[in-house]
Amino acid sequence: MTAKKSESFERPDGRKQDETREMKAKVGIIPNADGSAMFAFGDTIAIAAVYGPKKMHPQHLQDSEKGTLRCTYNMLSFSVTERIKPGPSRRSMEISKITEWALEPIVMIDQFPNTVVDVHINIIQANASTRCAGINAAALALAHAGIPMKEMVSSISIGKLDKNLVVDVSKAEEDWEEGEGATDIPMTFTSSGEMTHIQLDGKIKREQLKEAIELARKATKKVYEVQKKALKEVGE
Amino acid sequence: MVELYETSEITRERIKKYLEEGKRFDGRKTDEFREIFIEPGVSKNSEGSVKVKIGKTEVFVGVKMDVTEPYADSADKGNLMVTAEFLPLSSPRVELGPPKFDAIEVGRLIDRIIRESKFIELEKLCIKEGEKVWQVFIDIYTINDDGNLVDAAGIGAIAALKMAKIPKYDEKEEKVIHDEWTNKNIPLTKDIPLSLTFHKIGSHIIVDPTKEEEDVSETRVTIGASEDYISSMQKGGETELKKEEIEGIIDLSEKLYKKIFLKVEKFMK
Repeated sequence: MTAKKSESFERPDGRKQDETREMKAKVGIIPNADGSAMFAFGDTIAIAAVYGPKKMHPQHLQDSEKGTLRCTYNMLSFSVTERIKPGPSRRSMEISKITEWALEPIVMIDQFPNTVVDVHINIIQANASTRCAGINAAALALAHAGIPMKEMVSSISIGKLDKNLVVDVSKAEEDWEEGEGATDIPMTFTSSGEMTHIQLDGKIKREQLKEAIELARKATKKVYEVQKKALKEVGE
Repeated sequence: MVELYETSEITRERIKKYLEEGKRFDGRKTDEFREIFIEPGVSKNSEGSVKVKIGKTEVFVGVKMDVTEPYADSADKGNLMVTAEFLPLSSPRVELGPPKFDAIEVGRLIDRIIRESKFIELEKLCIKEGEKVWQVFIDIYTINDDGNLVDAAGIGAIAALKMAKIPKYDEKEEKVIHDEWTNKNIPLTKDIPLSLTFHKIGSHIIVDPTKEEEDVSETRVTIGASEDYISSMQKGGETELKKEEIEGIIDLSEKLYKKIFLKVEKFMK
């Protein structure tokens, strides 16, 4: 299934509707970390570091049945044009939790009770789709750290600009105002095609949403290829 | 799953023993920095930003600007605000939560080095006295901590300031256009200040410690140095310094400034 193309529609940066921005990935960027990675969709750049499994402190947070995955998403103050005050916000706390939920189904840390695996994600330059770039970097960093995983996850955002579906939403597209405006649908899939994350903001008909999900599933295959390549390139 | 974030007793002893013979683990002299590397451009959305590496230590520093009211005691001057965040991403020792004193101190040290050296000509950043001035934010983030974050942050701050372009300002609307930039630089003086930190281990003074060496450090002095002046200082740590030691540090800072300046300067052309 491909995105329906309306006659006059053109993306602000001239991409095809199912085309992502240039993706870049690199593993092993932070020497101190047990695992680390960078993932970029064009001008959106995320870096992630994994520490653990390590003993969970404080003790009352320990789970004696299984290990805990803890993600923190943070944007550098100067990653966006209007400076963000350093420190957590409601938005960043929600994205942190969403990221945990996106990753938990594939992470096998049941055999490490009372421990925590910390995943720290930082957006160093933002041009929309930051949570997707963050999840992709986090999944790479977890693999790099040698955390047992069932498979990879790959994340992508689908946008509906007026009536048109597009893959990998940029800032200019996020701010789309013509026609029906913009609907943003970030999603994450395992490499076998199961969904671990979906969010939606905007307005979309049910049938078209199903179409958007299929479009995302297809696009994450390309993300997965980039992730796989980066993992193969690790020298250490 | 042993958590050995702190440097072991054996390593600590060996660092001290080596120093008795004037040696360091990585073969450096006591007054020698690791390789310094500055790469411009962390974020296109900043006014200016850089990655600074000293050995394995890495920090990102970015500059953002806004227009705001001046402080009452400097009605005709721009504002400066420096913050440092030690990201949990950068070291297993950094915990989640509000900034600890070490990060707050780095922000304050760099603030004073920039402010007291008058590196930024804040009086030129006044738009309308008592009403509107430019505010300069310098934000420091640690990416990998292998010691001497403060000197890396200092280099990052001046490099980011050097490359920063002032954003456009709509005078009618009295609003900053945050995603458009003029070709004007932030007004800076020629004297470039550097943060230079000296550590005392036993009877030895060393510069640019690795994390392991920092763990053994008994006391430290951070100097905001320019070629001819010292414009800020702070001693941290629990041990006292002898007269000869502090004088030695002051003298050494002149020689070291010249060396580090040359290394930093070549990245800023």
